Amino acid sequence: MSTPSSSRRHFVRNAAGTTAFLLLAGHDFRARALAATALSDKPQFFTPEEIRFLNAACDCIYPHDDLGPSATELGVPVFIDRQMNTPYGRGELWYMTGPFREGPANLGYQLPFAPRDLYRKGIAGADHYARSARGKVFADLDTHDQIEILTAFEGGAVHFPDLNARLFFEQLRRNTLEGVFADPIYGGNRNMEGWALLAFPGARADFMDWVNQEGAAYPFAPVSISGQKA
Amino acid sequence: MTLKRTDVVIIGAGWAGAILAKEMREAGRSVVMLERGPERSTATEGTYPGSIDELRGAIRHRLFQNPAKTTVTIRNTVNQTALPYRQLAAFLPGEGVGGAGLHWSGVHFRAAPDDLRLRSHVIDRYGAKFIPEGMNLQDYGVTYEELEPFFDKAEKVFGTSGEAYRVNGQIVGNGNVFAPSRSDKFPLPAMQDVYTASLFRKAASEAGYHPYSLPAANASMQYTNTYGLQMGPCNFCGYCSGYDCYMYSKASPNINILPSLRYDSDFTLITDAHVLKINLDSDRRKATGVTYLDQRENRETTIEADLVILAAFQFHNVHLMLLSGIGRPYDPISNTGVVGRNFVYQTITTSRAWLSENQFTNQFVGAGGAGVAVDDFNSDNFDHGPLGFVGGSPIWVNQAGVKPIAAALNGGGKSAPRWGAGYKAGLVDTYRHSLAMDAHGSNMAYRDVYLDLDPTWHDSYGQPLLRMTFTWKENDIRMNQYVVGKIEPIMKALGARRYELGRLEHGEAFDTRRYQTTHLGGGAVMGTNPNESALNRYLQSWDVSNVFVIGSNAFPQGMGYNPTGMVAALAYWAAYHIRTTYLTQPGPLVTL
Repeated sequence: MSTPSSSRRHFVRNAAGTTAFLLLAGHDFRARALAATALSDKPQFFTPEEIRFLNAACDCIYPHDDLGPSATELGVPVFIDRQMNTPYGRGELWYMTGPFREGPANLGYQLPFAPRDLYRKGIAGADHYARSARGKVFADLDTHDQIEILTAFEGGAVHFPDLNARLFFEQLRRNTLEGVFADPIYGGNRNMEGWALLAFPGARADFMDWVNQEGAAYPFAPVSISGQKA
Repeated sequence: MTLKRTDVVIIGAGWAGAILAKEMREAGRSVVMLERGPERSTATEGTYPGSIDELRGAIRHRLFQNPAKTTVTIRNTVNQTALPYRQLAAFLPGEGVGGAGLHWSGVHFRAAPDDLRLRSHVIDRYGAKFIPEGMNLQDYGVTYEELEPFFDKAEKVFGTSGEAYRVNGQIVGNGNVFAPSRSDKFPLPAMQDVYTASLFRKAASEAGYHPYSLPAANASMQYTNTYGLQMGPCNFCGYCSGYDCYMYSKASPNINILPSLRYDSDFTLITDAHVLKINLDSDRRKATGVTYLDQRENRETTIEADLVILAAFQFHNVHLMLLSGIGRPYDPISNTGVVGRNFVYQTITTSRAWLSENQFTNQFVGAGGAGVAVDDFNSDNFDHGPLGFVGGSPIWVNQAGVKPIAAALNGGGKSAPRWGAGYKAGLVDTYRHSLAMDAHGSNMAYRDVYLDLDPTWHDSYGQPLLRMTFTWKENDIRMNQYVVGKIEPIMKALGARRYELGRLEHGEAFDTRRYQTTHLGGGAVMGTNPNESALNRYLQSWDVSNVFVIGSNAFPQGMGYNPTGMVAALAYWAAYHIRTTYLTQPGPLVTL
């Protein structure tokens, strides 16, 4: 995915968000949810360079195609940025007491890094690797090269100074997919288009009349926790 | 500093603790219940729509134990260094009022009679040589007939939905033909079959098996339970597993028991109270009470009590026994001691069928306890003689409500890309047109699979973490593979476009990174021989007679069924004997 087209989509998305905010200003609950989304688009944790990496990498993991929008179009980098300032992002949901020792992969994560550290170190490592291997930082490579690099990370043969690149890739894949499919209140899944792809009805959460309709598709579009309708 | 005194102190506000609290209050004893997590009320935290937020719920662990404060270490074999379980994944203990009983799914089984006397049964049918070297196969020391009134009592408290097969020896319905006779029907009719469950029911019949509705502690209708507490009818919202039920349909201690104690002045629930140890007198034969850390005030507090009920999650019970010096710790080298011995889990593997593109499986519709199962390959319902393994698995479709993040992380099956081009198509096809079925099976106990205290890592209170030594053994892998092979005829009868069978592989080590089940068991088991069990058949410590330890820690081996129904029945069983015998004559309920 080339940088210019990504930028254009960002512009379109931001403009649409603003319009929706103005139109719905009378609807208090929705308006506040949308305003929160619009206001915090500005990254709080990541640097502009890191955001460029995220925009590019998240769109490799979850690309724009004929099935729907990409991760960036859905607000995923915003989602990940906001997650960095939560107890999860700070590693407060993980046991982070030492000593830290390596072991077999099946015994799980053993590094002293919270998610926010994994991103800081991982993005630096990825850009360093991209520059060494392909002469440019990750975001400036063409999509084909970006995908090759992420594939190498996923394969486990690349090591950054403090961590294996696979760990970083898995963290990024996990958080990208969370951002596509979490409630829009967290900044991703814009207009519930992540849910629409799956025909997941969001916060409807009442299927008394749809327990068994002999395999017919569920007919209603999603709603969100804050009451948005698709 | 001693601040309080009570007749009975109960550690843990989950199912076991809530049942014992209710029973001890009915017996007129004052009760203090200590819960290390926060208060959790369905009327506030559990309301729609905040409670059905997948990110905050199952993904960021709203109701699960936070391992930041305390966790376990895990290794596969005795010669490895165990490492901390830093990120919750393979199993998800609860924290806060309700415990894991607030975020459970609701599958509510009784135990199979053969499973309760498995050692005796295997020897009777196949001979003593059938038991592999190193397998600690044991009986529970209690029979189905003895427990039946307590299974019945628990179902009437939980508002369990199901269809009976046999009541008082008479065939009464289309239930599980392998299930033992009951003294009464289920309190509520079976949950409706979701589409995928109805397909499974038909296909399993065509394959020659005997499908039945899973017994579910999800209310199929409005219900008022034994304690006068009300449940609403389940609307299949799909938020049972990992969530609190905003419809008041899934049984939990928070809905089905604790409200009946809330205005009782002789019942005190103290939250944010992390128990550090059970205190013993100088000859270590009697508990004097417990010491806990009041986490709000960061102050250690001691409560004196006549009777201590240890009713935390399975491995926390074992941990507290080890920290308190109750019972002799197990040593796998000398094969002596009992606390930590017979640590068990369950095997579970998931298989998947992809149906035609005009069959929408709507997997977001569901209820955690509902579904259709077959027991043809569970317990000893089939001849193990030529097979050479012990144990079995029910097979089921248990569509608990598949949420999008969980679905996205799993992706589109073994052949689909995990990300990038082709990922979305595989995910969409899988989410919209597939169905999952599980082989949810037994796990036997082995001499070198056990729990003890870790030599290196500590919790945030300065106490050593519990160490798990656990891996899959050949007996259980072969059992799983055999049962999964029996799924294939169901897949064919379903007319699946394609299917994938999930199975344990030979030599496969336990992987802590992938969710399997939270059905951990053993480590402080019940039995008739104090050299093989930490508890007698009334779940009373052999060594410290005023300590009862209630939970799946009492299971000598992991059964094919989900554990909560058995835990609840054992809780009522122990409570009955405490009330009728122990309270009038404190001391060991079994003397040798």
